[in-house]
Amino acid sequence: MSDQTPVLECRNLCISYYTRAGEIPAVVDFNLKLMPGEAHGIVGESGCGKSTVALAIMQYMGKNGAIVGGEILFEGRDMRTMSDEELRRIRGSKIAMVYQEPMASLNPSMLIGAQLAEVPIYHDGLSEADALRRAEEMLAKVRLPDPKRILNSYPHQISGGQQQRVVIAMALLSNPKLLLLDEPTTALDVTVEAGIVELINEIAEEFGTSMIYISHNLGLILETCDRLTVMYSGEAVEVGDIHDVFEEMRHPYTRGLFGSIPLPGADKNAHPLVAIPGQLPLPHERPEGCNFAPRCTFFRDGLCNVGALKMHPVPGDDDHKVRCERFQEIDWDRDLPKGEAKPPVLPGDTVLSVENMTKHYIIDEGGLFVSGGDARTVKANEKLSFEAREAETVAIVGESGCGKSTFAKVLMGLEDATDGKVMLGDVELGALPVDKRDKSTIAKLQMVFQNPFDTLNPSHTIGGQIGRVIRKFGVASDEAEVNEIVMRLLDTVKLPRDFAKRKPRQLSGGQKQRVGIARAFAGNPKVVIADEPVSALDVSVQAAVTELLMDIQRENRTTMLFISHDLSVVRYLADRIVVMYLGRIMEQGTTEEIFAPPYHPYTEALLAAVPIADTRVEKRHIVLKGEIPSPSNPPKGCPFSTRCPYMIPGTCDVDLPPLRSFGEGHGILCHLDPAELSKMEPVIKPRAQAAE
Amino acid sequence: MAVTDIQASQPFLSRLLRPRPVIALLLLMWLPLMAYVMFGKTIGNNAQMVLLPAIPATLILYILGIRAFRESWVAVIGLTLVFFWLLMAVSAPYLPLLDPNKPIAPFTTPFTERKDVFFWLGTDFKGRDMLSRMIWGCQRVLVWGVTATLVAYVVGALFGLISGYLSGWWDEIISFAANVLLSFPVMVLFIVILNYLGPSGFNIVVAVTFASAPAIMRIVRGLALDIKTRDYVFAAQTRGEHPLYIMIFELLPNVRGPIIVDACLRLGYTTVAITTLTFLGLGLQPPDPDWGLMIRESAKTAMLWKFSYMLLVPALSVSSLILGFNLMADGLREMSLRD
Repeated sequence: MSDQTPVLECRNLCISYYTRAGEIPAVVDFNLKLMPGEAHGIVGESGCGKSTVALAIMQYMGKNGAIVGGEILFEGRDMRTMSDEELRRIRGSKIAMVYQEPMASLNPSMLIGAQLAEVPIYHDGLSEADALRRAEEMLAKVRLPDPKRILNSYPHQISGGQQQRVVIAMALLSNPKLLLLDEPTTALDVTVEAGIVELINEIAEEFGTSMIYISHNLGLILETCDRLTVMYSGEAVEVGDIHDVFEEMRHPYTRGLFGSIPLPGADKNAHPLVAIPGQLPLPHERPEGCNFAPRCTFFRDGLCNVGALKMHPVPGDDDHKVRCERFQEIDWDRDLPKGEAKPPVLPGDTVLSVENMTKHYIIDEGGLFVSGGDARTVKANEKLSFEAREAETVAIVGESGCGKSTFAKVLMGLEDATDGKVMLGDVELGALPVDKRDKSTIAKLQMVFQNPFDTLNPSHTIGGQIGRVIRKFGVASDEAEVNEIVMRLLDTVKLPRDFAKRKPRQLSGGQKQRVGIARAFAGNPKVVIADEPVSALDVSVQAAVTELLMDIQRENRTTMLFISHDLSVVRYLADRIVVMYLGRIMEQGTTEEIFAPPYHPYTEALLAAVPIADTRVEKRHIVLKGEIPSPSNPPKGCPFSTRCPYMIPGTCDVDLPPLRSFGEGHGILCHLDPAELSKMEPVIKPRAQAAE
Repeated sequence: MAVTDIQASQPFLSRLLRPRPVIALLLLMWLPLMAYVMFGKTIGNNAQMVLLPAIPATLILYILGIRAFRESWVAVIGLTLVFFWLLMAVSAPYLPLLDPNKPIAPFTTPFTERKDVFFWLGTDFKGRDMLSRMIWGCQRVLVWGVTATLVAYVVGALFGLISGYLSGWWDEIISFAANVLLSFPVMVLFIVILNYLGPSGFNIVVAVTFASAPAIMRIVRGLALDIKTRDYVFAAQTRGEHPLYIMIFELLPNVRGPIIVDACLRLGYTTVAITTLTFLGLGLQPPDPDWGLMIRESAKTAMLWKFSYMLLVPALSVSSLILGFNLMADGLREMSLRD
């Protein structure tokens, strides 16, 4: 190893941005050594500087960013001494980058073939015909079906997963030594993500490309990388071999990160998640000494808050370093962060029952003076049936286009159900739009939204927005009384009382989401629909918000419908799970039933697709082929038949599957024989058991 | 002493730089000016008294504006131009000026003294003082221009919100009407409306509203279409709010940014339109001074190079005001793009 030149080496790299407020150090003292063929992961929350590192390696710092110290060596040469011309030749040929948003990386007005061909034409001087042939070969290598057709398509004509494969193909075309991947799968659905991750792993083997993989998802890093850097507030806090770091993390922040993600075994009652207290410091408000000190439970005055901290090697491990002064004094096994166990909540009577709820949209291409045209039907929801009891958490799981948002809209009264019944207590909601519902019915059903940046009106104060709900639902009308309830709600969601006077832009994402929760609970609802309430938040904030939601629910005995695509979160907090695909319920049952065989083939694939940041479990490898079909043109027969590995030709693609019942409440919509379904192996099992 | 003065005045000014005091000051400046220009004759002899509170209000607003926009040179220049004319408008009755309608010495060139009076900007063909006419003339352009723009904005924003938020048939009908109106050349629309209604200040407001509201409606509609998909609108819908509440309290405050920038630009267009209409004889009527009127009246005499100042003075005044509005719009946009 040691006689090889590293592909990339960062030595004491310091990067700053210059703004009106002065110099803001974005990355401080960053070291990285990347050997040929190695994959290195960079993990951290938003604002920790991980993308800045990638941009610095590409030397794309923009006008206001600059490398203020240290060096970046690419194949032994300092990139800072290279001329613009040299850099231009290296970018795209020896170093390539894949960004988060595939649609933003492709030129929407150029054919994919022409865009791909540019790379070899420019960098290798190939003729256009040769370049196109190379492009076609590369598209086949990234497992795209029918490369010829894709070459002659525009980016908007292919799906998001295919676009990302095209971007990866483009990056690989010039045979780069180094591939930078900046959250390449964050914008994609889980089952599509699993395909891209598999592809990235194959590339590493086939091309021997070194990779830097930037992500906030520890599970993805575990599946793709050899080594790992954990970043916090502009500094690398822990570096090491992926197994060393995952099994013996030696920095309190890394430990905190792992404590706040729902790993298998976490449970909302017995082992609740532990959030890291406090918030990421702003770049110009970083504390003296250790940046993590104000949030660290092991903080010691006079040691952690003096001078700049250095990286210390962890004895016994190969090249495992940690930026902590006290890591050798901490008893890592004893001081495991543990949440307090809480008694389980017993569900009460049925609050919400959905029976054969169907929602079809009719898309009529007519206008004011033109009527008729082709009317198409989009079957957004087909015959949904399930029940939710008091104080119970029912999770609705599915990927984009599965109809979960439509279902929420029908429930909230923004759309009418085409058929079937939705009963809240003894009120039928399916055909009752929100302006016909009485105040108490509306107040009983509230919602927590996904996007923290959208959930609050930026023009009104926090107190005003919560107060409006209280007045609207007639909880109180007296000014002083309303004010008092607002204060109490802010206490409940653990926000300072003076936030009532603030505008949303003065709040962080997690704080906004807390206000959103306070607003939803302001009218004392019976049922709360939470539409991916934590998926847009940083990992350490996610845990805090999830716990808060659970605590309020526990206290008020609220029924919660938790809509999510993330099975690990769902496993942690749901009592019952409903798995949806293209508008239909494919499987439903208790959490234990869903996570153990028999599975629906889709559930099985979904379970296998979710990356798990735990080296102690082994996961079966299932990658679905293809993409999710469009809900306006679903496959005949079973909607999952186009991607199902168990597909029975002539049956699954023709007839609708029957509902197989496995005991009370556990149902699977599948053509497979119940015996065959029962024989399935568990997707996730402890590694020790797997070795036997 | 001076240092302590500044320190004492800083918090006072910062306290004023909030929405409510600024709106109060704007009203304090605007309402007297509007009352004076529109209803001055009915108020009677002491009409100029109403302008008294407007003068300090204008000065304070100018200082506040400079403080708020000090980071953008463009905005500061624009603000200075606009406030120069505003200050002239509110203080015209108190300035030591000659009567703008009194003929004294015809065809006096600038910087000359005749009949014991020194004429800075000369006199026009009837012998009326150009400086005085220029300063008095800005009142009518400003008041009618801003009023017309405001009315056009209220109408345009209302239809835009309805069309964007409610969609469906509302949108079809409103958009269709807007398209019909937009298909007329603006001048043709003005001339048709004013010929039909007769030339007067209020009818100019009607004409400008017809001409500008469709474009404003389109901007607001586009913004509303975007904002109505936000979760906070969804939240308001799911708690059973009335559509009117959602339009006014949830949508309107969040479309104000782009609208304010556009309003500054549109103030410039409206000023051009009003001046042009007066020039064509369709707008405000003589004898009271008005820039458009001044250009019209002196158009023939100013053919002679020696008397070109009669044309240049009002023309440069109009240009400086429009430039002021446009620079302010640029500055606002620049400020909104930062951070």
